[in-house]
Amino acid sequence: MLEIKCPYCGPRDEEEFSCGGEAHIARPLSENSLSDKEFADYLFYRDNPRGVFLERWRHAAGCRRWFNVARDTLTHHILEIYPMGAKPVSKAGRAAYNANWRRDSQAEIAAQPASQKTNKTSSAKR
Amino acid sequence: MAKNNQKNMTIAARSSASIDSQTPISFTFDGRKYQGCKGDTLASALLANNVHLTGRSFKYHRPRGIMGAGAEEPNALVGVGTDGRIEPNLKATQVELYDGLVAISQNRFPSLKLDVGEINSVLSRFFPAGFYYKTFMWPASFWMMYEHIIRHAAGLGKAGDDHKDPDRYEKRHAHFDIVIIGGGLSGLMAGLQAAKSGQRVLIAEDQPQWGGWLRACEDIIIDGMSGQAWAEQAVSRLQEMENVTLLSRTTCFGYGDHNFLTLAERVSDHLAEKPAHLPRQRLWKVRARQVILATGAIERPLVFAGNDLPGVMLASAAQTYLCQYGVLVGTRGILMTNNDAAWHNAFALHRAGCRIKVIVDTRQNPSPALIKQATDLGILTRIGSGIIAAHGRLHVARVEIAPLSEAGDALTGEPEHFDCDLVMMSGGMNPVVHLHSQARGKLKWDERSHCFRPSTTHEAEQSVGSCNGSFDAAIGAKEAIAAARKAIKANSGEAAEITLPEITATKIKWTPMPIWQIPTGQPAGQGGKAFVDFQNDVTANDIQLAVREGYHSVEHVKRYTTTGMATDQGKTSNINALAILARERASDIPSVGTTTFRMPYTPTSIGMIAGRDIGGLFDPVRTTPMDKWHRAAGAKFEHVGQWMRAWYYPKDGENIQEAVIREVEAARQYAGLLDASTLGKIDIRGRDAAEFLNRIYTNSWLKLGVSKCRYGLMCKEDGMVMDDGVTTRLAEDHFHMTTTTGGAAGVLDWLEEWLQTEWPDLQVYLTSVTEQWAVATLSGPAAREILKAAGTDIDLGDDNFSFMSMREGHISGLPARIYRISFTGELSYEINVPARYGMALWTSLMRAGKNFGITPYGTEAMHVLRAEKGFIIVGQETDGTVTPYDLGMGWIVYDKKPDFIGKRALARQSMGLGDRKQLVGLRTKDPKQIIPEGAHAVLDPNQPPPVDMLGHVTSSYFSPNLGHSIAMALLRGGHARKGETVYFPMLDGKPPIEATITDTNFYDPKGERLNGQH
Repeated sequence: MLEIKCPYCGPRDEEEFSCGGEAHIARPLSENSLSDKEFADYLFYRDNPRGVFLERWRHAAGCRRWFNVARDTLTHHILEIYPMGAKPVSKAGRAAYNANWRRDSQAEIAAQPASQKTNKTSSAKR
Repeated sequence: MAKNNQKNMTIAARSSASIDSQTPISFTFDGRKYQGCKGDTLASALLANNVHLTGRSFKYHRPRGIMGAGAEEPNALVGVGTDGRIEPNLKATQVELYDGLVAISQNRFPSLKLDVGEINSVLSRFFPAGFYYKTFMWPASFWMMYEHIIRHAAGLGKAGDDHKDPDRYEKRHAHFDIVIIGGGLSGLMAGLQAAKSGQRVLIAEDQPQWGGWLRACEDIIIDGMSGQAWAEQAVSRLQEMENVTLLSRTTCFGYGDHNFLTLAERVSDHLAEKPAHLPRQRLWKVRARQVILATGAIERPLVFAGNDLPGVMLASAAQTYLCQYGVLVGTRGILMTNNDAAWHNAFALHRAGCRIKVIVDTRQNPSPALIKQATDLGILTRIGSGIIAAHGRLHVARVEIAPLSEAGDALTGEPEHFDCDLVMMSGGMNPVVHLHSQARGKLKWDERSHCFRPSTTHEAEQSVGSCNGSFDAAIGAKEAIAAARKAIKANSGEAAEITLPEITATKIKWTPMPIWQIPTGQPAGQGGKAFVDFQNDVTANDIQLAVREGYHSVEHVKRYTTTGMATDQGKTSNINALAILARERASDIPSVGTTTFRMPYTPTSIGMIAGRDIGGLFDPVRTTPMDKWHRAAGAKFEHVGQWMRAWYYPKDGENIQEAVIREVEAARQYAGLLDASTLGKIDIRGRDAAEFLNRIYTNSWLKLGVSKCRYGLMCKEDGMVMDDGVTTRLAEDHFHMTTTTGGAAGVLDWLEEWLQTEWPDLQVYLTSVTEQWAVATLSGPAAREILKAAGTDIDLGDDNFSFMSMREGHISGLPARIYRISFTGELSYEINVPARYGMALWTSLMRAGKNFGITPYGTEAMHVLRAEKGFIIVGQETDGTVTPYDLGMGWIVYDKKPDFIGKRALARQSMGLGDRKQLVGLRTKDPKQIIPEGAHAVLDPNQPPPVDMLGHVTSSYFSPNLGHSIAMALLRGGHARKGETVYFPMLDGKPPIEATITDTNFYDPKGERLNGQH
């Protein structure tokens, strides 16, 4: 059983939490005129990597707050816990974020606010 | 049986520091009465009574005796207890004796000494490895018959007949800085270091007493004391310290992620009188910052023909019985060993009066000092030799000893025969690496000690002493202190100075000879059986056979032969099995690898894992504020999630149909009253509350007026309906949402998720108020008159209080919010009062409605009433694959708004396909016939299989108001099929039910009754 450090309550047993699956899936709107196939990347396709996985957790039997966890699926080691809306800061977490196929998916590009779209391509290359 | 052992040891003759020979204890084994001493295990007491034969083996029903002295025991499995408290498959070596203990042997019929299953042993040629897989594969239809016979013949002991466990179990969570598993020399040493340094320490010991091997070892001197005296002193020092928790009789059986350990504490199993305040066992769920494993080692048996006979025992076990329990397990002994250590076990027994006739060492060059010592004691030695067979019927009586080649794989001379009543065997030591491996630590093969030792760790844990392959006491103690200091440092603590005690013990070279099977001089498959796994009756031949048949992976061989799969999980057998496998594959042991070590380390009672979470405490039961009234009225209840809801209120011996018909008719003709308190209710506030609802629901919410109600459907992001309910605007920035009873918690989580993860910019606050409001729904033509009679300050006129609006005021003097909404199609008011007034409201309405024919109705009548109107129930008409369009509710999807959850998904191409299952009504040709819910629809009842199926019935009732049955169904392309005839084939051989596809709104399609005007 994992021990998860809730950013609001402190370390608690896994049984107090529920896992919300893959993190950092940007949500496109219907106005974004994606094809069904491109939209399916957002709606259906989820990663199940061997190694570092960025996922969402909720302290269901505690403060009910959501947060992000960078967890190694092979070792179950938790590398980093960071707030919703933030990006990972650990080296391995950042690498997992940048290497994710989603960064280049049409669904994610479409979901970016217009102001960030120009920066998007350059940051992906960085 | 052991007639050759005439010297029946008397209680008075026994002496050892661990038992109290002044306190005799009576017990029975297979109905016969025996005496043991306080401090005995069942095994030591049986041996003291010269009882060696304790069971029959699993497959061949061979006579078996006690082989070990602890958790490793494969043979001596017994059932303990009487009546409902019989616990099967306990190891006699781990059962503490108490007065009046009743034990029975297992796996024998009719008795231990005469067992008809022994025929399996004669027929063993026909029971090879994989026997069941090979034999019962075909014909497949015979499996049912085979299974019955196999299940009867196989298996180990039987549980008590009464399926109720009369005992109580507890659970406890705990956190420690350092957890030490094992209370022998290394564990206690690590414990002293950690405890003196101020760490919060738990030390757990599997046995009732502390000290581990120190208690069985006669030659160890620590700081001038015997090992046992030192252990007692160490424990008493630890007991005085507040930061130390000592648990004996406690087995750590699981080691999971993030240093999570599960321990089983046997609190009162060993007591003759079990005090009422104590649980039987306690489950400890422990989180440790650092773990130190000091779990010791288990001796390996040697694999030779007849090695399973009673009287053949591990050398260390023979010494344990002597030194710890004062029991001499034989009178004429023979030792076979591949290492130095066991020589000392034999010397100890010899000095105590068991004449060791021969020491057989498989090595060509054991230490000359040992040989001299043996010769001085008058013990014969046979060097470079092995026991090639042991003989005897119910007890070992004779062995054959023959010289071996240097590699130990062939005989080099003729066998000699020796009489005996005890064979001690020692094949080297296996460190107990189970917990280390459960914690995903890696193992390495030690080429010197020929055993697996821990290498790298995965969790914050260290192994010390014998379980780390450090069998020397002084080295183990040093290792323990170093490990404790490392753990203290990792915890940012400061290690106190403690002095390493002075330890003197016989110097032993821990370098056994790698010999995994003693040759028999006969071709494989012939000669006596040489057992590898005693508990599952797996022989060396079985493993050879498995390899010949193509099973090479250790995991495959394990499952094919079942080696290592019994309740002892191969504690004595695994290494021998994989060494033989390696030999047969012409490979080496490290390349073969081990099977996965899994929890539990030893069998663990399910009762303890369940703890108190059984019966009424298994899951909470939620009741409404009006629950007592329903009970007093004789209502029948149904479970809806955790809620208990009144199902129907039978009167004067009515059955459910009669009661529901009466309730449904009353609600349409006069007035019905429903307890709707269980509806999910969520209070939604904040600047952006309306915008939030606009995104959550499929319809439009921005322009809903204050005090107005609106029905909404919410979809998942894939466009499938997930919940529905009526939400009311209480103020510009304040809404009251209702959800389905079962969906309440899920909807709250869903809303929170979107607010926190996708729209954190929205200012919205959610509070569950399900239990804060009691709700009585008053429905029917007389509803308005009853409210008036109950007394209200609200103007109930249509002009002031129209359909789909809310008014706040008082009913019978109780503060109330009344929602004029309808789930029945009648004039209907949902009256909400603070929960504490729920009962007052209910009784007051019942009183006020008495002259108007008010009738309480339950959930069953509610279902019929809503079905008459074609109202859906989420979860009944929907199953997660149904869109609003499929339900014929396209009118509630406002796709002109920029966004709502599911909007883009509903625009997918696949959503527009005409063959989606769509909700329709059904009318049976015979108006009295009710189609069973779940029945499948077909167009042609005579089509030969496979039959094309259109869909299934979701709701089906008899409608007394309409005088015919009604049903709803999800049918492929159903909306375009109205008027068509479909058939519902029946399972019971009756003719198919014929029905016509209709609209779903069966009753009052124009909705005139909503205003009470008709």
